Amino acid sequence: MPEYVVSVGMEVHAELMTESKMFCRCPVGFGGMPNTRTCPICLGLPGTLPVPNEAAVEMVIKTALALNCTVPTDSVFHRKNYYYPDLPKGFQVSQYGETNPIGYNGFLEIPAADGGTKRIKIRRVHLEEDTGKLMHLPGGGSGVDYNRAGVPLMEIVTDFPPDIESPDEAKEYMSQLRAILIYLGVCDGKLEQGSMRCEPNISVRLKGSETYGTKTELKNLNSFKSVQLGIEYELKRQSEVLEAGGTITQETRGWNEQTLSSYLMRVKESEADYRYFVCPDLIPMNFSEEKIEAIRATLPELPLAKLLRFENDFGLSNYDAGVLVSEQYWADYFEKCVELGADPKQACNWMNGDFARMLNEAGQVGLVDGEGIEDKPASQIRPQHLVELIGMIESGAITGKIAKSVFETCFATGKLPSTVVEEEGLTVISDTSAIDALVAEVIAGNPGQVLQYREGKESLIGFFVGQVMRKSEGRADPQSVQAALRDALK
Amino acid sequence: MSISLDEVRHVANLARLQLSETELLSFQGQLNSLLGHFEDIQNLDVSGVAPKPHAVAMQNVFARDIAHQPLPREEALRNSADTKAGLFIVPTIIEE
Repeated sequence: MPEYVVSVGMEVHAELMTESKMFCRCPVGFGGMPNTRTCPICLGLPGTLPVPNEAAVEMVIKTALALNCTVPTDSVFHRKNYYYPDLPKGFQVSQYGETNPIGYNGFLEIPAADGGTKRIKIRRVHLEEDTGKLMHLPGGGSGVDYNRAGVPLMEIVTDFPPDIESPDEAKEYMSQLRAILIYLGVCDGKLEQGSMRCEPNISVRLKGSETYGTKTELKNLNSFKSVQLGIEYELKRQSEVLEAGGTITQETRGWNEQTLSSYLMRVKESEADYRYFVCPDLIPMNFSEEKIEAIRATLPELPLAKLLRFENDFGLSNYDAGVLVSEQYWADYFEKCVELGADPKQACNWMNGDFARMLNEAGQVGLVDGEGIEDKPASQIRPQHLVELIGMIESGAITGKIAKSVFETCFATGKLPSTVVEEEGLTVISDTSAIDALVAEVIAGNPGQVLQYREGKESLIGFFVGQVMRKSEGRADPQSVQAALRDALK
Repeated sequence: MSISLDEVRHVANLARLQLSETELLSFQGQLNSLLGHFEDIQNLDVSGVAPKPHAVAMQNVFARDIAHQPLPREEALRNSADTKAGLFIVPTIIEE
Protein backbone atom coordinates (compact mmCIF):
# COMPACT_ATOMS: atom_id res chain seq x y z
CA MET A 1 0.00 0.00 0.00
CA PRO A 2 1.37 3.47 -0.86
CA GLU A 3 2.18 5.69 2.11
CA TYR A 4 -0.55 7.95 3.49
CA VAL A 5 0.17 10.87 5.82
CA VAL A 6 -2.16 12.22 8.45
CA SER A 7 -3.13 15.85 9.21
CA VAL A 8 -4.77 16.72 12.49
CA GLY A 9 -6.68 19.81 13.56
CA MET A 10 -7.41 19.94 17.27
CA GLU A 11 -10.51 21.27 18.97
CA VAL A 12 -10.05 21.32 22.72
CA HIS A 13 -12.78 22.20 25.21
CA ALA A 14 -11.69 23.19 28.70
CA GLU A 15 -14.08 23.81 31.59
CA LEU A 16 -12.95 26.92 33.45
CA MET A 17 -12.28 26.76 37.19
CA THR A 18 -14.75 29.43 38.23
CA GLU A 19 -16.94 29.32 41.33
CA SER A 20 -20.14 30.00 39.39
CA LYS A 21 -21.54 29.28 35.93
CA MET A 22 -21.04 31.41 32.81
CA PHE A 23 -24.30 33.35 32.74
CA CYS A 24 -25.88 32.64 36.13
CA ARG A 25 -24.51 32.24 39.64
CA CYS A 26 -25.22 28.55 40.10
CA PRO A 27 -22.20 26.83 41.66
CA VAL A 28 -19.81 24.83 39.46
CA GLY A 29 -18.79 21.34 40.60
CA PHE A 30 -18.17 17.75 39.57
CA GLY A 31 -20.54 14.91 40.44
CA GLY A 32 -23.25 15.37 43.05
CA MET A 33 -26.95 14.60 42.75
CA PRO A 34 -28.42 15.42 39.32
CA ASN A 35 -30.17 18.76 38.81
CA THR A 36 -29.08 20.24 42.13
CA ARG A 37 -27.05 23.07 40.53
CA THR A 38 -29.61 24.77 38.29
CA CYS A 39 -31.68 27.95 38.22
CA PRO A 40 -34.16 29.57 35.82
CA ILE A 41 -31.28 31.05 33.75
CA CYS A 42 -29.33 27.84 33.06
CA LEU A 43 -32.60 25.92 32.62
CA GLY A 44 -33.48 28.35 29.85
CA LEU A 45 -36.80 29.40 31.39
CA PRO A 46 -38.56 32.35 29.72
CA GLY A 47 -38.09 35.85 31.07
CA THR A 48 -34.59 35.38 32.47
CA LEU A 49 -31.59 37.58 31.73
CA PRO A 50 -28.09 36.05 31.58
CA VAL A 51 -25.06 38.08 32.78
CA PRO A 52 -21.52 36.94 31.84
CA ASN A 53 -19.08 35.86 34.52
CA GLU A 54 -16.21 38.35 34.53
CA ALA A 55 -13.70 35.86 35.98
CA ALA A 56 -14.38 33.47 33.08
CA VAL A 57 -13.77 36.24 30.54
CA GLU A 58 -10.48 37.12 32.24
CA MET A 59 -9.38 33.47 32.26
CA VAL A 60 -9.92 33.26 28.50
CA ILE A 61 -7.97 36.50 27.94
CA LYS A 62 -5.16 35.05 30.06
CA THR A 63 -5.14 31.82 28.05
CA ALA A 64 -5.28 33.73 24.76
CA LEU A 65 -2.22 35.76 25.80
CA ALA A 66 -0.33 32.65 26.95
CA LEU A 67 -1.05 31.13 23.52
CA ASN A 68 0.36 34.23 21.79
CA CYS A 69 -3.03 35.26 20.42
CA THR A 70 -4.32 38.66 19.42
CA VAL A 71 -6.99 39.85 21.85
CA PRO A 72 -9.48 42.09 20.03
CA THR A 73 -10.75 45.38 21.44
CA ASP A 74 -14.34 44.31 20.85
CA SER A 75 -15.92 40.92 21.25
CA VAL A 76 -19.53 39.69 21.37
CA PHE A 77 -21.41 36.48 22.16
CA HIS A 78 -23.47 34.66 19.54
CA ARG A 79 -26.19 32.06 19.67
CA LYS A 80 -25.51 28.74 18.01
CA ASN A 81 -28.92 27.22 17.38
CA TYR A 82 -29.62 23.52 17.49
CA TYR A 83 -32.12 21.27 19.20
CA TYR A 84 -30.90 18.58 21.51
CA PRO A 85 -32.18 17.72 24.99
CA ASP A 86 -28.85 18.47 26.70
CA LEU A 87 -29.22 22.09 25.55
CA PRO A 88 -32.11 23.56 27.54
CA LYS A 89 -32.38 26.88 25.67
CA GLY A 90 -32.35 25.47 22.14
CA PHE A 91 -29.11 27.38 21.53
CA GLN A 92 -25.61 27.43 22.94
CA VAL A 93 -24.06 30.80 23.67
CA SER A 94 -20.72 30.84 21.87
CA GLN A 95 -18.53 33.21 19.85
CA TYR A 96 -18.61 33.27 16.07
CA GLY A 97 -16.40 34.99 13.49
CA GLU A 98 -12.69 35.11 12.76
CA THR A 99 -11.63 38.18 14.73
CA ASN A 100 -14.45 38.27 17.28
CA PRO A 101 -13.28 35.50 19.65
CA ILE A 102 -11.42 36.64 22.80
CA GLY A 103 -8.23 35.26 21.24
CA TYR A 104 -7.24 34.54 17.64
CA ASN A 105 -4.18 34.00 15.50
CA GLY A 106 -1.77 32.56 18.07
CA PHE A 107 0.54 29.58 18.47
CA LEU A 108 1.81 27.00 20.92
CA GLU A 109 5.23 25.36 20.82
CA ILE A 110 5.77 21.67 21.33
CA PRO A 111 9.09 19.84 21.70
CA ALA A 112 10.10 18.52 18.27
CA ALA A 113 11.68 15.16 17.51
CA ASP A 114 15.00 16.86 16.60
CA GLY A 115 15.34 18.39 20.08
CA GLY A 116 14.11 21.84 19.04
CA THR A 117 10.54 23.09 19.13
CA LYS A 118 7.72 23.03 16.60
CA ARG A 119 5.13 25.77 16.34
CA ILE A 120 1.45 24.77 16.21
CA LYS A 121 -0.71 27.66 14.99
CA ILE A 122 -3.85 28.48 16.97
CA ARG A 123 -6.82 29.86 15.05
CA ARG A 124 -9.09 30.85 17.94
CA VAL A 125 -9.69 30.76 21.68
CA HIS A 126 -13.30 31.51 22.48
CA LEU A 127 -15.72 31.40 25.37
CA GLU A 128 -18.98 29.45 25.41
CA GLU A 129 -21.12 27.40 27.79
CA ASP A 130 -21.17 23.68 28.44
CA THR A 131 -24.21 21.48 27.82
CA GLY A 132 -26.04 19.19 30.26
CA LYS A 133 -25.50 15.45 30.44
CA LEU A 134 -27.76 12.88 28.84
CA MET A 135 -28.04 9.32 30.07
CA HIS A 136 -29.93 6.54 28.42
CA LEU A 137 -32.24 4.75 30.77
CA PRO A 138 -32.91 1.02 30.78
CA GLY A 139 -36.44 0.46 29.52
CA GLY A 140 -36.46 3.49 27.23
CA GLY A 141 -36.32 7.26 27.54
CA SER A 142 -33.33 9.44 28.28
CA GLY A 143 -32.61 11.28 31.52
CA VAL A 144 -31.13 14.77 31.54
CA ASP A 145 -28.97 16.35 34.24
CA TYR A 146 -28.44 20.10 33.82
CA ASN A 147 -25.80 20.53 36.56
CA ARG A 148 -23.17 21.05 33.85
CA ALA A 149 -25.39 23.19 31.60
CA GLY A 150 -23.98 26.71 31.51
CA VAL A 151 -20.56 25.91 33.01
CA PRO A 152 -17.97 28.24 31.40
CA LEU A 153 -16.28 26.41 28.57
CA MET A 154 -13.27 27.59 26.61
CA GLU A 155 -12.68 26.25 23.11
CA ILE A 156 -9.19 26.27 21.62
CA VAL A 157 -8.89 25.44 17.92
CA THR A 158 -5.75 24.97 15.85
CA ASP A 159 -5.36 26.68 12.49
CA PHE A 160 -5.76 25.36 8.95
CA PRO A 161 -3.74 24.01 7.18
CA PRO A 162 -2.96 21.76 10.15
CA ASP A 163 0.53 21.80 11.68
CA ILE A 164 0.04 18.51 13.54
CA GLU A 165 1.27 15.70 11.33
CA SER A 166 1.43 12.62 13.55
CA PRO A 167 -0.34 10.93 16.46
CA ASP A 168 2.72 11.73 18.63
CA GLU A 169 2.54 15.43 17.83
CA ALA A 170 -1.17 15.42 18.67
CA LYS A 171 -0.42 13.85 22.04
CA GLU A 172 2.41 16.32 22.67
CA TYR A 173 0.13 19.24 21.75
CA MET A 174 -2.49 18.03 24.24
CA SER A 175 0.09 17.49 26.92
CA GLN A 176 1.65 20.97 26.48
CA LEU A 177 -1.75 22.63 26.32
CA ARG A 178 -2.92 20.81 29.45
CA ALA A 179 0.21 21.84 31.35
CA ILE A 180 -0.27 25.48 30.26
CA LEU A 181 -3.92 25.54 31.36
CA ILE A 182 -2.97 24.09 34.74
CA TYR A 183 -0.08 26.56 35.15
CA LEU A 184 -2.50 29.39 34.33
CA GLY A 185 -4.94 28.04 36.92
CA VAL A 186 -7.83 28.20 34.44
CA CYS A 187 -8.65 24.47 34.07
CA ASP A 188 -7.85 21.40 36.17
CA GLY A 189 -7.04 19.41 33.00
CA LYS A 190 -8.81 16.22 34.09
CA LEU A 191 -9.39 14.35 30.84
CA GLU A 192 -10.93 11.38 32.63
CA GLN A 193 -13.57 13.60 34.27
CA GLY A 194 -14.22 15.47 31.03
CA SER A 195 -13.12 18.87 32.31
CA MET A 196 -10.72 18.90 29.34
CA ARG A 197 -11.98 17.27 26.15
CA CYS A 198 -10.28 16.90 22.83
CA GLU A 199 -11.82 16.36 19.42
CA PRO A 200 -9.26 15.90 16.67
CA ASN A 201 -10.24 16.48 13.04
CA ILE A 202 -8.37 13.85 11.12
CA SER A 203 -7.68 13.56 7.41
CA VAL A 204 -5.22 11.57 5.34
CA ARG A 205 -3.65 12.08 1.95
CA LEU A 206 -1.09 10.31 -0.18
CA LYS A 207 2.44 11.28 0.78
CA GLY A 208 3.56 14.10 -1.50
CA SER A 209 0.02 15.20 -2.34
CA GLU A 210 -0.83 18.88 -1.83
CA THR A 211 -4.58 18.43 -1.35
CA TYR A 212 -5.97 17.67 2.07
CA GLY A 213 -8.43 14.82 2.36
CA THR A 214 -11.94 14.92 3.84
CA LYS A 215 -11.78 15.05 7.62
CA THR A 216 -13.61 13.11 10.29
CA GLU A 217 -14.05 14.36 13.82
CA LEU A 218 -13.29 11.96 16.66
CA LYS A 219 -15.01 12.18 20.07
CA ASN A 220 -14.89 10.36 23.43
CA LEU A 221 -11.10 10.44 23.79
CA ASN A 222 -10.55 10.61 27.52
CA SER A 223 -6.83 10.04 27.91
CA PHE A 224 -3.60 11.02 26.13
CA LYS A 225 -3.23 7.39 25.12
CA SER A 226 -6.69 7.41 23.49
CA VAL A 227 -5.82 10.57 21.54
CA GLN A 228 -2.79 8.81 20.10
CA LEU A 229 -4.51 5.46 19.46
CA GLY A 230 -7.60 7.11 17.99
CA ILE A 231 -5.57 9.08 15.45
CA GLU A 232 -3.48 6.02 14.57
CA TYR A 233 -6.70 4.07 14.04
CA GLU A 234 -8.24 6.75 11.77
CA LEU A 235 -5.03 6.99 9.72
CA LYS A 236 -5.22 3.26 9.08
CA ARG A 237 -9.01 3.17 8.53
CA GLN A 238 -9.11 6.12 6.13
CA SER A 239 -6.07 4.91 4.18
CA GLU A 240 -7.70 1.52 3.72
CA VAL A 241 -11.02 3.04 2.59
CA LEU A 242 -9.22 5.22 0.02
CA GLU A 243 -6.97 2.39 -1.11
CA ALA A 244 -10.06 0.22 -1.72
CA GLY A 245 -11.41 2.97 -4.00
CA GLY A 246 -13.87 4.34 -1.43
CA THR A 247 -14.44 7.91 -0.24
CA ILE A 248 -14.31 9.48 3.23
CA THR A 249 -17.51 11.14 4.49
CA GLN A 250 -17.36 14.23 6.68
CA GLU A 251 -18.78 12.78 9.88
CA THR A 252 -18.41 12.63 13.62
CA ARG A 253 -17.10 9.34 14.94
CA GLY A 254 -16.85 8.03 18.48
CA TRP A 255 -13.88 6.25 20.02
CA ASN A 256 -14.57 2.94 21.72
CA GLU A 257 -12.07 2.39 24.53
CA GLN A 258 -12.83 -1.35 24.75
CA THR A 259 -12.57 -2.35 21.09
CA LEU A 260 -9.94 0.34 20.29
CA SER A 261 -11.87 1.35 17.19
CA SER A 262 -14.04 4.24 16.01
CA TYR A 263 -17.70 4.11 15.03
CA LEU A 264 -20.04 6.48 13.17
CA MET A 265 -21.94 8.86 15.48
CA ARG A 266 -23.54 11.32 13.08
CA VAL A 267 -23.08 13.11 9.80
CA LYS A 268 -22.21 16.73 10.56
CA GLU A 269 -24.76 19.52 10.24
CA SER A 270 -23.52 22.26 7.97
CA GLU A 271 -22.46 25.52 9.61
CA ALA A 272 -25.36 27.48 8.05
CA ASP A 273 -27.78 25.17 9.86
CA TYR A 274 -26.58 26.59 13.17
CA ARG A 275 -27.94 30.02 12.18
CA TYR A 276 -25.47 31.96 14.31
CA PHE A 277 -26.50 35.46 15.32
CA VAL A 278 -25.43 37.99 17.95
CA CYS A 279 -27.09 37.18 21.28
CA PRO A 280 -29.39 40.11 22.00
CA ASP A 281 -29.42 39.35 25.75
CA LEU A 282 -25.68 39.78 26.21
CA ILE A 283 -24.01 43.17 26.11
CA PRO A 284 -20.89 43.57 23.90
CA MET A 285 -17.50 43.41 25.59
CA ASN A 286 -14.74 45.95 25.16
CA PHE A 287 -11.22 45.21 26.39
CA SER A 288 -9.02 48.20 27.11
CA GLU A 289 -5.29 47.97 26.53
CA GLU A 290 -4.75 48.54 30.27
CA LYS A 291 -6.94 45.57 31.10
CA ILE A 292 -5.19 43.29 28.63
CA GLU A 293 -1.74 44.41 29.85
CA ALA A 294 -2.77 43.96 33.49
CA ILE A 295 -3.74 40.37 32.71
CA ARG A 296 -0.55 39.81 30.70
CA ALA A 297 1.44 40.87 33.75
CA THR A 298 -0.02 37.93 35.71
CA LEU A 299 1.22 35.27 33.24
CA PRO A 300 3.55 32.76 34.89
CA GLU A 301 6.58 31.21 33.21
CA LEU A 302 5.09 28.47 31.03
CA PRO A 303 6.07 24.80 31.29
CA LEU A 304 8.14 24.46 28.11
CA ALA A 305 10.14 27.63 28.87
CA LYS A 306 10.74 26.36 32.38
CA LEU A 307 11.87 22.97 31.11
CA LEU A 308 14.41 24.53 28.74
CA ARG A 309 15.68 26.79 31.53
CA PHE A 310 16.10 23.82 33.91
CA GLU A 311 18.07 21.99 31.22
CA ASN A 312 20.30 24.97 30.45
CA ASP A 313 20.82 26.49 33.88
CA PHE A 314 21.08 23.36 35.97
CA GLY A 315 22.38 20.81 33.46
CA LEU A 316 19.43 18.50 34.04
CA SER A 317 18.45 15.88 31.48
CA ASN A 318 15.37 16.47 29.35
CA TYR A 319 13.61 13.65 31.19
CA ASP A 320 14.43 14.95 34.68
CA ALA A 321 13.48 18.53 33.80
CA GLY A 322 10.27 17.22 32.22
CA VAL A 323 9.28 15.42 35.43
CA LEU A 324 10.05 18.53 37.51
CA VAL A 325 7.93 20.87 35.37
CA SER A 326 5.04 18.42 34.94
CA GLU A 327 3.33 20.03 37.93
CA GLN A 328 3.88 23.64 38.83
CA TYR A 329 4.08 22.95 42.57
CA TRP A 330 6.81 20.37 41.93
CA ALA A 331 8.83 22.83 39.82
CA ASP A 332 8.39 25.49 42.52
CA TYR A 333 9.56 23.02 45.16
CA PHE A 334 12.69 22.28 43.16
CA GLU A 335 13.48 25.97 42.65
CA LYS A 336 13.03 26.63 46.34
CA CYS A 337 15.56 23.89 47.15
CA VAL A 338 18.06 25.40 44.71
CA GLU A 339 17.40 28.88 46.07
CA LEU A 340 18.13 27.60 49.58
CA GLY A 341 21.48 26.31 48.36
CA ALA A 342 20.96 22.67 47.33
CA ASP A 343 22.99 21.26 44.46
CA PRO A 344 20.41 21.20 41.58
CA LYS A 345 21.26 17.70 40.38
CA GLN A 346 21.15 16.25 43.88
CA ALA A 347 17.88 18.03 44.64
CA CYS A 348 16.40 16.72 41.38
CA ASN A 349 17.57 13.14 42.10
CA TRP A 350 16.10 13.12 45.60
CA MET A 351 12.85 14.72 44.45
CA ASN A 352 12.17 12.59 41.38
CA GLY A 353 13.47 9.47 43.14
CA ASP A 354 12.89 8.67 46.81
CA PHE A 355 10.73 11.68 47.63
CA ALA A 356 8.32 11.16 44.71
CA ARG A 357 7.99 7.47 45.55
CA MET A 358 7.27 8.16 49.21
CA LEU A 359 4.73 10.88 48.39
CA ASN A 360 3.02 8.50 46.03
CA GLU A 361 2.84 5.73 48.60
CA ALA A 362 1.55 8.12 51.26
CA GLY A 363 -0.94 9.85 48.94
CA GLN A 364 0.62 13.22 49.74
CA VAL A 365 2.07 16.10 47.75
CA GLY A 366 5.29 18.03 48.26
CA LEU A 367 4.61 21.73 48.64
CA VAL A 368 6.77 24.72 49.48
CA ASP A 369 4.21 26.23 51.82
CA GLY A 370 2.59 23.01 53.03
CA GLU A 371 -1.01 23.98 52.27
CA GLY A 372 -2.12 20.80 50.49
CA ILE A 373 -4.04 20.65 47.22
CA GLU A 374 -7.47 19.20 46.51
CA ASP A 375 -7.90 16.11 48.64
CA LYS A 376 -4.16 15.47 49.05
CA PRO A 377 -2.45 16.62 52.25
CA ALA A 378 0.95 18.24 52.04
CA SER A 379 3.98 16.24 53.10
CA GLN A 380 5.81 17.41 56.22
CA ILE A 381 9.00 17.51 54.14
CA ARG A 382 9.78 21.12 53.22
CA PRO A 383 12.55 22.25 50.89
CA GLN A 384 14.64 23.01 54.03
CA HIS A 385 14.63 19.30 54.88
CA LEU A 386 16.01 18.29 51.49
CA VAL A 387 18.53 21.11 51.43
CA GLU A 388 19.86 20.16 54.86
CA LEU A 389 19.99 16.47 53.98
CA ILE A 390 21.89 17.09 50.74
CA GLY A 391 24.25 19.44 52.57
CA MET A 392 25.02 16.80 55.20
CA ILE A 393 25.89 14.22 52.53
CA GLU A 394 28.09 16.70 50.69
CA SER A 395 29.98 17.71 53.81
CA GLY A 396 30.52 14.07 54.67
CA ALA A 397 28.54 14.31 57.92
CA ILE A 398 26.42 11.30 56.95
CA THR A 399 26.78 8.60 54.32
CA GLY A 400 24.41 8.25 51.37
CA LYS A 401 23.09 5.04 52.85
CA ILE A 402 22.32 6.65 56.21
CA ALA A 403 20.77 9.60 54.38
CA LYS A 404 18.06 7.35 52.97
CA SER A 405 17.01 6.09 56.37
CA VAL A 406 17.26 9.59 57.87
CA PHE A 407 14.95 10.79 55.09
CA GLU A 408 12.44 8.02 55.86
CA THR A 409 12.36 9.19 59.49
CA CYS A 410 12.01 12.85 58.48
CA PHE A 411 9.18 11.90 56.15
CA ALA A 412 7.31 10.11 58.90
CA THR A 413 7.98 12.58 61.71
CA GLY A 414 8.58 15.93 60.04
CA LYS A 415 11.82 16.33 62.03
CA LEU A 416 14.78 18.04 60.38
CA PRO A 417 17.57 15.71 59.18
CA SER A 418 20.07 17.25 61.63
CA THR A 419 17.70 16.47 64.53
CA VAL A 420 17.23 12.87 63.41
CA VAL A 421 20.98 12.36 62.98
CA GLU A 422 21.70 13.79 66.39
CA GLU A 423 18.93 11.90 68.18
CA GLU A 424 19.87 8.58 66.63
CA GLY A 425 23.63 9.14 66.66
CA LEU A 426 23.97 8.54 62.95
CA THR A 427 26.89 10.81 62.16
CA VAL A 428 29.77 9.41 60.17
CA ILE A 429 32.39 7.79 62.39
CA SER A 430 35.39 9.92 61.53
CA ASP A 431 37.38 9.02 64.62
CA THR A 432 40.19 6.82 63.19
CA SER A 433 40.70 4.94 66.44
CA ALA A 434 37.01 3.91 66.39
CA ILE A 435 37.41 2.64 62.84
CA ASP A 436 40.68 0.90 63.72
CA ALA A 437 38.92 -0.88 66.57
CA LEU A 438 36.19 -2.17 64.25
CA VAL A 439 38.81 -3.24 61.71
CA ALA A 440 40.69 -5.16 64.39
CA GLU A 441 37.47 -6.91 65.44
CA VAL A 442 36.71 -7.99 61.87
CA ILE A 443 40.25 -9.27 61.27
CA ALA A 444 40.17 -11.23 64.51
CA GLY A 445 36.80 -12.74 63.64
CA ASN A 446 37.73 -13.94 60.12
CA PRO A 447 41.14 -15.67 60.27
CA GLY A 448 40.44 -17.81 57.17
CA GLN A 449 39.68 -14.86 54.90
CA VAL A 450 42.65 -12.95 56.34
CA LEU A 451 44.95 -15.81 55.34
CA GLN A 452 43.51 -15.99 51.83
CA TYR A 453 43.87 -12.21 51.43
CA ARG A 454 47.48 -12.30 52.55
CA GLU A 455 48.10 -15.14 50.08
CA GLY A 456 47.04 -12.78 47.27
CA LYS A 457 43.25 -12.93 47.01
CA GLU A 458 42.90 -9.13 47.15
CA SER A 459 39.29 -9.13 45.93
CA LEU A 460 38.37 -10.10 49.49
CA ILE A 461 38.81 -6.43 50.48
CA GLY A 462 35.14 -5.88 49.54
CA PHE A 463 34.10 -8.57 52.02
CA PHE A 464 36.08 -6.92 54.84
CA VAL A 465 34.69 -3.45 54.04
CA GLY A 466 31.18 -4.90 54.13
CA GLN A 467 31.80 -6.49 57.54
CA VAL A 468 33.15 -3.27 59.04
CA MET A 469 30.29 -1.22 57.56
CA ARG A 470 27.80 -3.62 59.09
CA LYS A 471 29.44 -3.36 62.50
CA SER A 472 29.33 0.46 62.18
CA GLU A 473 25.64 0.30 61.20
CA GLY A 474 26.43 2.18 58.02
CA ARG A 475 28.00 5.11 59.82
CA ALA A 476 31.61 4.56 58.86
CA ASP A 477 32.94 6.26 55.77
CA PRO A 478 33.63 3.37 53.34
CA GLN A 479 36.82 4.97 51.96
CA SER A 480 38.41 5.45 55.39
CA VAL A 481 37.43 1.88 56.25
CA GLN A 482 39.12 0.53 53.15
CA ALA A 483 42.32 2.48 53.83
CA ALA A 484 42.40 1.27 57.46
CA LEU A 485 41.82 -2.35 56.33
CA ARG A 486 44.59 -2.27 53.73
CA ASP A 487 46.94 -0.96 56.41
CA ALA A 488 45.96 -3.56 58.96
CA LEU A 489 46.11 -6.48 56.49
CA LYS A 490 49.61 -5.71 55.19
CA MET B 1 -36.11 37.37 -1.81
CA SER B 2 -38.46 34.55 -0.98
CA ILE B 3 -38.35 31.24 0.80
CA SER B 4 -39.19 27.96 -0.93
CA LEU B 5 -41.37 25.23 0.52
CA ASP B 6 -38.30 23.00 0.82
CA GLU B 7 -36.47 25.64 2.82
CA VAL B 8 -39.44 25.92 5.19
CA ARG B 9 -39.37 22.13 5.55
CA HIS B 10 -35.63 22.20 6.28
CA VAL B 11 -35.92 24.94 8.91
CA ALA B 12 -38.84 23.10 10.54
CA ASN B 13 -36.74 19.96 10.65
CA LEU B 14 -33.84 21.85 12.31
CA ALA B 15 -36.32 22.99 14.98
CA ARG B 16 -37.57 19.39 15.28
CA LEU B 17 -41.07 20.49 14.24
CA GLN B 18 -43.38 18.15 12.34
CA LEU B 19 -45.59 20.28 10.13
CA SER B 20 -48.42 19.22 7.85
CA GLU B 21 -48.44 20.36 4.21
CA THR B 22 -51.12 22.93 5.10
CA GLU B 23 -48.97 24.28 7.95
CA LEU B 24 -45.90 24.39 5.74
CA LEU B 25 -47.78 26.49 3.18
CA SER B 26 -49.13 28.75 5.88
CA PHE B 27 -45.67 29.34 7.39
CA GLN B 28 -44.16 29.87 3.96
CA GLY B 29 -46.63 32.72 3.42
CA GLN B 30 -45.87 34.23 6.85
CA LEU B 31 -42.10 33.93 6.45
CA ASN B 32 -42.23 35.49 3.00
CA SER B 33 -44.20 38.39 4.36
CA LEU B 34 -41.50 38.85 7.04
CA LEU B 35 -38.77 38.69 4.44
CA GLY B 36 -40.66 41.40 2.56
CA HIS B 37 -40.16 43.72 5.53
CA PHE B 38 -36.44 43.01 5.50
CA GLU B 39 -36.39 43.82 1.81
CA ASP B 40 -37.84 47.22 2.64
CA ILE B 41 -35.07 47.74 5.21
CA GLN B 42 -32.43 46.67 2.73
CA ASN B 43 -33.65 49.33 0.31
CA LEU B 44 -32.84 52.08 2.82
CA ASP B 45 -29.76 54.18 2.14
CA VAL B 46 -27.44 53.48 5.07
CA SER B 47 -24.22 54.76 3.50
CA GLY B 48 -22.41 56.74 6.17
CA VAL B 49 -24.01 54.79 9.01
CA ALA B 50 -21.41 52.80 10.93
CA PRO B 51 -22.29 49.11 11.51
CA LYS B 52 -23.18 48.26 15.11
CA PRO B 53 -22.43 44.93 16.71
CA HIS B 54 -25.48 45.11 18.96
CA ALA B 55 -28.79 46.92 19.32
CA VAL B 56 -28.07 48.04 22.90
CA ALA B 57 -25.56 50.89 23.26
CA MET B 58 -23.84 49.55 26.37
CA GLN B 59 -20.56 47.77 27.08
CA ASN B 60 -19.07 45.41 29.66
CA VAL B 61 -21.92 44.30 31.83
CA PHE B 62 -20.47 41.52 33.97
CA ALA B 63 -21.24 39.69 37.18
CA ARG B 64 -18.72 38.84 39.89
CA ASP B 65 -17.87 35.17 40.19
CA ILE B 66 -19.71 34.40 43.41
CA ALA B 67 -21.88 31.28 43.61
CA HIS B 68 -25.42 31.66 44.90
CA GLN B 69 -27.91 29.11 46.17
CA PRO B 70 -29.35 27.18 43.20
CA LEU B 71 -33.01 26.13 42.90
CA PRO B 72 -34.20 23.26 45.07
CA ARG B 73 -34.39 20.23 42.81
CA GLU B 74 -38.16 19.79 43.19
CA GLU B 75 -38.57 23.36 41.97
CA ALA B 76 -36.25 22.80 39.00
CA LEU B 77 -38.14 19.68 37.94
CA ARG B 78 -41.61 21.01 38.66
CA ASN B 79 -42.58 21.95 35.09
CA SER B 80 -41.21 18.80 33.51
CA ALA B 81 -43.67 16.44 31.82
CA ASP B 82 -41.80 13.43 33.19
CA THR B 83 -39.05 12.92 35.80
CA LYS B 84 -37.26 9.95 37.30
CA ALA B 85 -34.49 9.76 39.91
CA GLY B 86 -34.04 13.52 39.84
CA LEU B 87 -33.64 13.59 36.05
CA PHE B 88 -35.72 15.29 33.37
CA ILE B 89 -37.05 12.49 31.17
CA VAL B 90 -37.17 12.97 27.39
CA PRO B 91 -37.88 10.54 24.54
CA THR B 92 -34.96 8.22 23.74
CA ILE B 93 -32.20 9.94 21.83
CA ILE B 94 -30.49 7.72 19.32
CA GLU B 95 -26.74 8.26 19.30
CA GLU B 96 -25.37 4.72 19.40
